[in-house]
Amino acid sequence: MGQKPILEMKEISKEFYGNRVLSSVSFTLNEGQILGLVGENGAGKSTLMNILFGMPVINQTGGYSGDVIIDGQKVIFSSPFDAIAAGIGMVHQEFSLLPGFTATENILLNKEPLKYNFLVELFGSRMQTLDYEKMRQQAINAINKLGVNIDPDMLVAEMPVGHKQFTEIARELERANARIIVLDEPTAVLTESEADILLKALKKLAKEGVSIIFISHRLQEVLDIADKIVVLRDGKLVSEIETSKTNMKQVVEWMVGHSVESKAKDNLSKNISDEIILSVKNLWVDMPGELVRDVSFDVRKGEILGFGGLAGQGKLGIPNGIMGLFPAGGQVIFEGKKLELQNTHKLIKQGLAFVSEDRRGVGLLLEEPIDWNISFTAMQVQEKFLKKLIKGLIKWRNDKEIEEIAKYYINKFEIKCTSTKQIAQQLSGGNQQKICLAKAFVLDPKILFVSEPTRGIDVGAKKLVLEALKEYNKEHGTTIVIISSELEELRSVCDRIAIVDEGRISGILPPTADLEEFGMLMVGSSKQN
Amino acid sequence: MKKIDNQNNLLKNIFKSIMVFISKYPVPIMFIIFLIFTVPMSHFTVKYLINELLTRLARNSFLVLSLLLPIMAGMGINFAMVLGAMAGQIALILITDWSIVGIPGFFLAILISLPIAILLGFFCGYILNRAKGREMVTSMILGFFMNGFYQFVVLYMMGPVIPIKNKLLLLSRGFGIRNAINLQAIRQCIDDFIPITVLKTQYDPGIKIQITTFILIAIFCLFIIWFKKTKIGQDMRAVGQDRLIAESSGIASDKTRLLSIVISTVLAAIGQIIFLQNIGTLSTYNSHDQTGQFAAASLLVGGATVSSANIGNVFLGVTLFHLMFIVSPMAGKNILGNAQVGEYFRVFVSYGIIAIALVLYSWKRHKEKERERMALRQNTIAPKTKTE
Repeated sequence: MGQKPILEMKEISKEFYGNRVLSSVSFTLNEGQILGLVGENGAGKSTLMNILFGMPVINQTGGYSGDVIIDGQKVIFSSPFDAIAAGIGMVHQEFSLLPGFTATENILLNKEPLKYNFLVELFGSRMQTLDYEKMRQQAINAINKLGVNIDPDMLVAEMPVGHKQFTEIARELERANARIIVLDEPTAVLTESEADILLKALKKLAKEGVSIIFISHRLQEVLDIADKIVVLRDGKLVSEIETSKTNMKQVVEWMVGHSVESKAKDNLSKNISDEIILSVKNLWVDMPGELVRDVSFDVRKGEILGFGGLAGQGKLGIPNGIMGLFPAGGQVIFEGKKLELQNTHKLIKQGLAFVSEDRRGVGLLLEEPIDWNISFTAMQVQEKFLKKLIKGLIKWRNDKEIEEIAKYYINKFEIKCTSTKQIAQQLSGGNQQKICLAKAFVLDPKILFVSEPTRGIDVGAKKLVLEALKEYNKEHGTTIVIISSELEELRSVCDRIAIVDEGRISGILPPTADLEEFGMLMVGSSKQN
Repeated sequence: MKKIDNQNNLLKNIFKSIMVFISKYPVPIMFIIFLIFTVPMSHFTVKYLINELLTRLARNSFLVLSLLLPIMAGMGINFAMVLGAMAGQIALILITDWSIVGIPGFFLAILISLPIAILLGFFCGYILNRAKGREMVTSMILGFFMNGFYQFVVLYMMGPVIPIKNKLLLLSRGFGIRNAINLQAIRQCIDDFIPITVLKTQYDPGIKIQITTFILIAIFCLFIIWFKKTKIGQDMRAVGQDRLIAESSGIASDKTRLLSIVISTVLAAIGQIIFLQNIGTLSTYNSHDQTGQFAAASLLVGGATVSSANIGNVFLGVTLFHLMFIVSPMAGKNILGNAQVGEYFRVFVSYGIIAIALVLYSWKRHKEKERERMALRQNTIAPKTKTE
């Protein structure tokens, strides 16, 4: 194909509320080229694509700086419709198909060819009837262009997942008359053979002159299909290189970066018994967006086990499934006893505790004061902080004890608040997180799951939270399982780190292992071995 | 051996498909079973039943048909169709006052009701667009609210503000409309426009067929079928399935929803006029009372749900629901010696059916969602854990 550049992004920068997520990213895309866009979570891939697609969220947060140039002309898209008009199609991770419509109707949604009738004069152009013949023909053309086999008359609801994906791509092809197509993790929901067909179809499209931006965490796929790879890290362009001139190891290195200070955990000398406190076998969890497919692992008593991996790969599903927040199955043995996975009350009673990543939704009673928040679970499940009258027939809340424990944790964790009676909602994210931790510590758990403990909190609070976890582990010998997207954080507190990829554990490494080794596990390279 | 297996499989498959059928149409099946028992108990002749049924089909079908479009647009059952019924009744009061008789009177009534219904439809659609996801309960309450407004117009404005010449229509105090109005002027003018009576004998009035009304209804059915194929119809179906997806492909969903309510209100106005020309008297303050509920119940009895309904559901529903209406007083009398029981039964059943249909629907949706997630899971769990 020709070397004519169709899309250029020049010096793109973007801030969200003073937080710089993209800083002068530039790349070019030629006609008929497949560009692989890779990067860790938060590297800025989605923001970059949102800018390209004119998503309203960009404008609402103050726009961006830099130029988007299509065919040599500078463009500014104020809505996705402008982008579509300019020939850009985007296939999102979530399907946006109407289940009760056929493939044809979906492909031509709101672009249906119409036939005139006299009522148009009376009631306007929407009274035109659909031209089904033509619709079908156009749909078939789009499907053929993609080179796949979909029945144009099949209802989307009855299609296998792969066909839905193809229908979606065919629609983008048809509706934008697309010259540039952006695919965000298109293979995530597909089986291996379906993914193969998709990759072939994309190659065919590229040959016909359609340019493709392909976002995937499966690095092998990107290397197989892309002509050119663009690597982002922390909002900066790390590399823009032709695929033939690089290899997987190098790309992984670019993605995760070299750690300047290898601050892996120091106290490896800590005494960890060989006793296994929790043994998980073939766990599956149906948590939307964080599906756990088949996970088995053992946790030794007294250790801190970390779970890392890219977003959406299932690491969050593990604690949520075990604690019964989402449908789950498999075998979980805790201190030699099999656990009932769906009975959260009983689980807490048996000595499990969970600090959820969803602080505001699951973690806190937002409209209640701090002291109630800290004592609530312990009071409900373990009957702490209760005065019992008439041999426990009447249970009375012991406000004094509650206040004391709240004060203790407010001092210990340096929670900034006006009093123990301040409403949880009014606190900052970091202070809210500290309350969540206090709430779990009050339970005196034998094993504590902590999910994304430092997400969205400031640096000071981050440090305090991690220190508190370490200290609690050391002093009480409590086993802790931390799930976090931040590898550095895991490396600084954990004794072992498991990487989750596509709902399975792709490997368990000591915190002292090379960053690249972790990176390789995250990008699905383990499957090739 | 194999043969027996095959037979077993065949039986199993038949059983399975029967179960699927039952789970698909639980309400109509319940009704049919009920009717199988009560129709013979009523001791009515087949001829009588057919005669009654035809009358009621002609009378009610149009009203029920007016519910189809909002369901298509994903707004559920438009209980606020009573707004249309009120518009129709106001028009009927006016033409009665002006003493315009026969077919011209009928069409003039429709013409007068149109602007009122369109206005009310816009009002209703506007409010329902503000209450997305709670359309049905909002429309029901809106119906009750507008009933008060209607009473204000008819009870106080008619006379002093809206001139009424015919003193017979007014209450003795000089303003406000009487409880019952004789619609002699247009009574069955459409039904009898082309009078057809079959199987007539010397002693038997025969079966009357309201052919003109049925032609009107047939035209309207054709309109709905055609409408589904228009751009706006396609947009309505798209919005009905998933508003956000439709919006993201550029369909103006609010406008589409609004339009479906306006059309529904207008059709309800026409439907109420057809209904009352058949009955022949307008009960000023009660005629529209249960229009929404009865139409909704008829539709649901016909196997429709709040998210999908078609013309077949309308006719099956009206037939079954009104057959129950016809036979239940007599059956009640013959079984329990009290016709009143049957009367109770009507109201009890119509509300009960709505409740059951709504509960069944959301239960089914829940199941479907679960099944969808299950299907997703199947791809994902390693086969060895499937033994769990």
